[in-house]
Amino acid sequence: MTNKRMIAYILGILLWLEAAVMLLPCIIGLIYMKADTLSPVGSFIISISILLACGGILLTFKPKDKTIYSRDGFVIVSLGWIAFSLFGALPFTFSGAIPNYLDAVFEAVSGFTTTGASILTDVECLPHSILFWRSFTHWIGGMGVLVFLMAILPLAGGGGDLYLMKAESPGPDVGKLVPRSKNTARILYSLYFGLTLIEFMLLLFGDMDWFAAITHTFGTAGTGGFGIKNDSIASYSSYSQIVITVFMILFGVNFNVFFLLICKKVKEALKSEELRVYLGIIFVSIVLIAINISSIYPDWSFFQIVNKSSFQVASYITTTGFTTTAANDFPNFSRMILLILMCVGACAGSTGGGFKIARIILIFKNAKREIKRLIHPRSVNAITFDGKNVDTDVRHGTNVFFVIYAIITALSFLIVSIDDVDLLSAVSGVVSALNNIGPGFGRLGIECHFAFFSPLSKIIFIFDMLFGRLEIYPMLILFAPLIVGKNGRTFRRRIK
Amino acid sequence: MRITVVGIGKVGFTVAEVLSKEGHDITVIDRNSSFLQDISGSVDVIGICGSGTDKNILEESNIKECDLLIALTGSDETNLLCCLVAKTMGAKETIARVRSPEYDNDLSLIGDTMGLSMSVNPEREAASEILNILKHPSAKNIDVLANGAIDLISFTVDDRCTMCGKKIKDAFKNPKHHILVCAVRRGNEIYIPDGNFVIQKNDIAAVIAPKDEICDFFKGVGLPYASAKNIMIIGGGRIAHYLAREFDKSRINVTIIEKEPEVAERLSFLFPNTNIICGNGTNRSTLLEEGIAEMDAVVSLTGLDEENIVLSLFAKGLDERIKTIAKVNKTVFHEVMKKLDIGSVVYPKYITANRILRHVRAKHKMVASNLENLYRIIDNEVEALEFRVGENSSLIGQPLCELTIKPNVLIGCIKRDGKIIIPHGDDYIKPNDLVIIITKICGISDIDSIKG
Repeated sequence: MTNKRMIAYILGILLWLEAAVMLLPCIIGLIYMKADTLSPVGSFIISISILLACGGILLTFKPKDKTIYSRDGFVIVSLGWIAFSLFGALPFTFSGAIPNYLDAVFEAVSGFTTTGASILTDVECLPHSILFWRSFTHWIGGMGVLVFLMAILPLAGGGGDLYLMKAESPGPDVGKLVPRSKNTARILYSLYFGLTLIEFMLLLFGDMDWFAAITHTFGTAGTGGFGIKNDSIASYSSYSQIVITVFMILFGVNFNVFFLLICKKVKEALKSEELRVYLGIIFVSIVLIAINISSIYPDWSFFQIVNKSSFQVASYITTTGFTTTAANDFPNFSRMILLILMCVGACAGSTGGGFKIARIILIFKNAKREIKRLIHPRSVNAITFDGKNVDTDVRHGTNVFFVIYAIITALSFLIVSIDDVDLLSAVSGVVSALNNIGPGFGRLGIECHFAFFSPLSKIIFIFDMLFGRLEIYPMLILFAPLIVGKNGRTFRRRIK
Repeated sequence: MRITVVGIGKVGFTVAEVLSKEGHDITVIDRNSSFLQDISGSVDVIGICGSGTDKNILEESNIKECDLLIALTGSDETNLLCCLVAKTMGAKETIARVRSPEYDNDLSLIGDTMGLSMSVNPEREAASEILNILKHPSAKNIDVLANGAIDLISFTVDDRCTMCGKKIKDAFKNPKHHILVCAVRRGNEIYIPDGNFVIQKNDIAAVIAPKDEICDFFKGVGLPYASAKNIMIIGGGRIAHYLAREFDKSRINVTIIEKEPEVAERLSFLFPNTNIICGNGTNRSTLLEEGIAEMDAVVSLTGLDEENIVLSLFAKGLDERIKTIAKVNKTVFHEVMKKLDIGSVVYPKYITANRILRHVRAKHKMVASNLENLYRIIDNEVEALEFRVGENSSLIGQPLCELTIKPNVLIGCIKRDGKIIIPHGDDYIKPNDLVIIITKICGISDIDSIKG
């Protein structure tokens, strides 16, 4: 049974929510009315009216029965994100900033999925409100729209909210912090909001004006990567770069750790296996890249080298995608490390993308166990994570996730290669989109935008970004009829 | 309130579900992770996998800030130990399920030492509900309100009933009767009726009546009123044990049919005046041989819900007048059971959940309001709430006919200085009255909030 009315109803609420958040860039537009030659306030107002109208129609499906099941949760999340992106692209097109609607959708998806890949060749000429909207989509997409909705409204009630949260939040095993879903969502958003505020204040102390500070804070918080300059962060002071480095790393940490810290359980927080591995990987990568690039740039000071390598490492592992230097010019070894970091990604339960540290740990432990079983065929080895036994379901789930992830990477790569761009551009483009990073290497690294790909490749990238942000399953379940046969087919009919 | 529930069986699930709906923060602990998965898919709770007696697990559940721990695992000993550990670690209150008859007697002895706020015994509670129903064969369910002074009875309106087809205000000819019809179920709808409501055949009506007037009432409306004299109990488990303990010394003839020879032997040792039969309760010829057709009441208490329901239907089929009571543990198919003519049904898990809910609600709002007790009637869809009216209540002094009250709320009864008043329009509420409110709105905890 699919609760169609409930799906429509929640989508309606989502559209109204998007209308509400669009008021912010509207206000920014009014503030910079005189400074900008092209004022897109009107285009935002048109978009808001369209959202209100469409949302209003969907809201008429007031459901009698509010229960939703696992499948409904996935469908709501994937449809919700698609709708959010399609409507979020409207201001770009209406204002003339990105006249082509497909490109505008690419930009919006890239924003909401916190990828930060752009099809724009020049961002400095854009009006302030459009720049603000681009960065703001990162902030909204970082923690998730449904989690936000859950914090302010009772949605499905009962256990249904958990299905929504599971479908939207990253990680192999999503749980709650406190008994009520609503309160869990509120805690997550207050942490998110608090960290955002601190970073904004710190950036204001540096050489950024408030507009630059707020847009870059949004870009860091959602681990997105849209900036307001063509050279990203490179032209800002090293103080700003260090602040952004630290906050990128912080937003890539599992938010449960922050919650434990706030509850004054410092010991437990520092015991987190994932946090340790995450920080370990960051440290080792920084050292390796620093050594590697110091031979190429002998005229750089020690501080410069460490600053550049740590910024790049933080930016790639958290899947943010800001740059302070042309990472494309790094030696091959450093570029390879960065490419691997792109796939590794941040911690589960953070705003970052990628495969997630927790899954990597589980896969390694699983592999170790299987190897041990070859030597001692009768040995029994429980797999533990943070001192707790890992369910067989979670273990299998992680392995399956890895396989699907690999298949999707390969398929996207295959389709993108039709464009006949060079190998490195195509590979890094797919990896960059699927893991929500933004920049790439090869031609992507030189030109810093995706504009030169064909429309087909752009569509593939759009899907990759959504697949990556929602961690594959919600999107896959939309296409379930193609995979699971009869049961899925009836399901497709119902959805329509 | 922050509540921890240990053990997610049938009762634990229901308790967690009900309390979560009431707005409490629920943490559940169970050894079995698949149970936890089930519950977190349908109820808004957080689950911890492990043993409730394990210090680390309790610490993880934040036991220091826990207001109430409810231990509902299958074993009495685990429950008691769990409560003891939790209390030592800082839980404010603890409730344990203790069901074995041996411990049941000793609980007053050890309960205080262990700091137990309450113990629940689903089987004993079920037995006492069955006893109530057996006293009034026309009743489907009976709740005892206002410290035993008032009964809230629900019954099916059938052909014999003279209320059938009449308006409520004309239904009782005898003005001496202090009876109030407070809720009616018709099909799947529930009504809180006023005087102009017309009672129809097959309605299930709930009435409030002083204890000593129930027999008169049933006599007055033409329904059977004599309490059961010959009772057959099928299944010799704990509930049968508690029932037999009550009946053994009375003049009521009780037959218990039990399959296991050892259990039967033990029962016959404990209750020499009761007729114990060792045989299969689902064997038709055994039942007929033991005279099921001549019984006044048949109580089916086997371990299988389906068996109990079929036994009730069988007895009803033999003779319409036999009072049947079936114990049902799982209630998955509510809708189906409503359609069947199975007489009374007793749900031990709901009885337990309601007891705990009553305790929690009264504790929770003790400062803010004056809720003393809570009952849920007609398949848990209607609530009867007992309030002690405070000095400053805004309801005081006005005649009831001038009060505007929310729809679906009814002032059912006022108890003042030991006297029961079934209120009319010109009665009014005084401070310190015990007022019983009947409502379809769930979660009322302050009497002043009933004003419209």
